[in-house]
Amino acid sequence: MLETFASLAHGFDIALQPEFLAYAFGGCVIGTLVGMLPGLGPLAGISLLLPGTLGLSPTAALIMLAGVYYGAMYGGSTTSILMRIPGEAASVMTCIDGYAMTQKGRGGAALAIAAIGSFIAGTLSVIGLMLLAPPLAEFAIRFGPAEYTSLLLVGLIVLAYMSGGSMMKMLAMAALGLFVGMIGMDVMSGYARFTLGTIELRDGLGIVPVAVGLFGISEIILSAAKAREVSVEQPRLRELVPTAAELKSSVGPIGRGSVLGFLIGIIPGSAHIISSFVAYGIERRLAKRPERFGSGAVEGVAGPESANNAAASGAFVPMLALGVPSGPIPAVMLAAIMIHGVVPGPLLIAERPEIFWGFIASMYVGNVVLLLLNLPLVGIFIQVLRIPYRYLYPLILTLCVIGVYAVGQSVVDIWIMIAMGLLGYAMRKLGYEPAPLVLGMVIAPQIELSFRQALALSGGDYSIFVTRPTSAALLALAVVLIALSVRTALTQRADWRQRLGLEERV
Amino acid sequence: VRGGLHDDQISGAALAIAGALVAAQSWQYPMGSLAEPGPGYLPFVLGLALAGFGALVAAAGARSPAFRWRHFGDGPKGLAILAGLGFAALALERLGYRITIAVLLVYYLGVIERRSWAMTLALTLIVSLGTYYVFAALLRVPLPIGLFRF
Repeated sequence: MLETFASLAHGFDIALQPEFLAYAFGGCVIGTLVGMLPGLGPLAGISLLLPGTLGLSPTAALIMLAGVYYGAMYGGSTTSILMRIPGEAASVMTCIDGYAMTQKGRGGAALAIAAIGSFIAGTLSVIGLMLLAPPLAEFAIRFGPAEYTSLLLVGLIVLAYMSGGSMMKMLAMAALGLFVGMIGMDVMSGYARFTLGTIELRDGLGIVPVAVGLFGISEIILSAAKAREVSVEQPRLRELVPTAAELKSSVGPIGRGSVLGFLIGIIPGSAHIISSFVAYGIERRLAKRPERFGSGAVEGVAGPESANNAAASGAFVPMLALGVPSGPIPAVMLAAIMIHGVVPGPLLIAERPEIFWGFIASMYVGNVVLLLLNLPLVGIFIQVLRIPYRYLYPLILTLCVIGVYAVGQSVVDIWIMIAMGLLGYAMRKLGYEPAPLVLGMVIAPQIELSFRQALALSGGDYSIFVTRPTSAALLALAVVLIALSVRTALTQRADWRQRLGLEERV
Repeated sequence: VRGGLHDDQISGAALAIAGALVAAQSWQYPMGSLAEPGPGYLPFVLGLALAGFGALVAAAGARSPAFRWRHFGDGPKGLAILAGLGFAALALERLGYRITIAVLLVYYLGVIERRSWAMTLALTLIVSLGTYYVFAALLRVPLPIGLFRF
C-alpha cells in the first residue's frame, strides 16, 4: 500500500507539471464541448483529436485523450438536463428527471448535482483503478498465448452480449471487425492479405478513419438531415445551489452509482451507457416513492450521472492492466499510445510507471478541473449550442478530413472514412451496433498472433485452450453467454437488456 | 407488408454474401494446416462465421420491421455530404489543403445548406485559413500544399 502511495506521489509530480496540467485542461474543455454537441460523441471526439497528439509524449497524449473522454461524460449531462437532448448516449437517462427538474425551475440544481456526483464518482473510481490495476497486471504477467487468445475472445463476446440488440447481429459485427483487422500484412508470415493491390492497405486499416467514419460521419448524416434550431435555457448562477434536501437525497445514489459504475466499467461493453441505465433502474426500485421518477426526482440525475463517470474510469482497468480494451473508446486510446511505440500489456505498469501513475494522477486533476470548469462556466458552454447545426457540421467534417489525413498522410484513409460512414449509416438504420466491429478490428492482430503462438507452443494441439485453467474458465464464460443468448432467441423471452430498456434506447 | 422483405432479411443476406466472399478470397492465400495455420486460415474461419451469423439473422428476419425505402429519407442529403468528402479525397493532394477546404465549405454552406453568400464566403475564409494555421503552424501537422503551392 505504501508503495502505491509513493507511486501516486510520483504521478502527481508528473501530472502537476504545467505542461501536463495544460493538456488535462485542454482535454477537459474539448471533451465538454464534444459531450454537449449532438453528432460528436466521445469516440469520434477522441479519434479526431488523435492526430493532434502525434507530436506529444505518450503520457501527454493519454492525459489529454482521457480528459476528452470524461469531459464528454460531464458535457453530455448539460444538454440532457437543460434541453432534453442527450449529447451522448450515456446521458439518455439523465434527460428524464434532469429535464423535468429544469421545467420546475431546478435545472441549475440538477446540473450541480450531476457535476458533484460525477466528481465524487470519478474520484472514487480512480482510487479503485489505482488499487485494482497493479495486482491484476501482476496476475496477468503469468498469461501465455492460450490465455490471451481466450481473454480477447471472451472480451469480444461479453461486449456483444452486453450491447443492446440481437446477439447474432453483434457476433456478426465482431466477426466482421476481426476480419477488417486482418486486412494487411499477416503478423507471422508477412503475407499481404485483402490489400486490393494497394501499398497503403499493407499496414492494415487505421483505427482513426474507421472510428471517425462509423461513429462520426454516420451521426453527422443522421443529424444534418433533421437539424433544427434549439432554444437554450440558461440557468442563473444562484440557481446552481442545490437545497439541503436535494443534497441529502443524492448521497445514496451517488455512492451506489460510483460502485456500480466502476464494476460495470471493468466488464467489456458500452459500460458507461449500460451503467447509467442500471443505476436509474436501481434508484427507482429503491425509492420510497418511485412514482416521483420521471417528474423531477433528483435521485434520477445523481445515480446515472455518477455511474457513467465511474464506468469511464473502470473501463481503464483492463486497458492499463492487461492491454485489453474493454470497448471502442479504450481501444482508440490504446492505439494512441501504441502510435508512440508504447507496448500495452501487463508489463506497462512496471516498465513505464511514469505513463500509468502520471495518467492516474491526471485523472484526479481532471476531475477537479471539470468540477471547477463546468458549473461556473455552464452559461458560456451552452452558447455553443446556439450555433445552428447547418453551420456546425461543415466545420466538424473539415476537422474529420484533417484528422483522418494527418495520421497516415494518405488520402486512402479519407476514402476508408467515407466507406465506413456509409456502412455506419446503414448499420444504424438496420439496428447494428458498431462497437463490436471496432473492438474486433483493434484486437484482431493480437488474437491472431496469440492463437497461432499457442498452437505453435502445443505442437498444434487445440486442447491447450481448455487444459490451462484460466483459459478454460474464460472459454466456459463465453459458452455460457452464447447459450444464454441462444435461449433468449429461441424462447423469445425478454432478457435483462430489454427489461432495462436498452433495446429501444441505445 | 405481406410478401415484402424485412430489414433483417436484407441485412442478414448481405452479411452472409460478404462472409462467403471473404471465405472464398481467403482460400487464395496459404491455408496451412489445422495444427499450423497459415495466413488464410483465420480469415477463412471468420468468413464462414460471418456467413453463418448473417444467415441466422436473415432466417429470423421475418420478426424485424418491414423494409421501407422511406426509412432512408435522409439518404440523399447523406450522399451529398459524402460526395463532398469524396471531392476532398480527390483534391486534397492536388489542390492543397486550403483550396480544397475552401471549395468543400462553399459546397456545404452555399450549395447544400443555401446560406447567404456573404456568410458562406466569410466562414470559408476563416475556417480554411484558420484551421491551416492551427494545424500546420501551431500543431505542426503536415498538410498538403498541392500544385499551386498554396
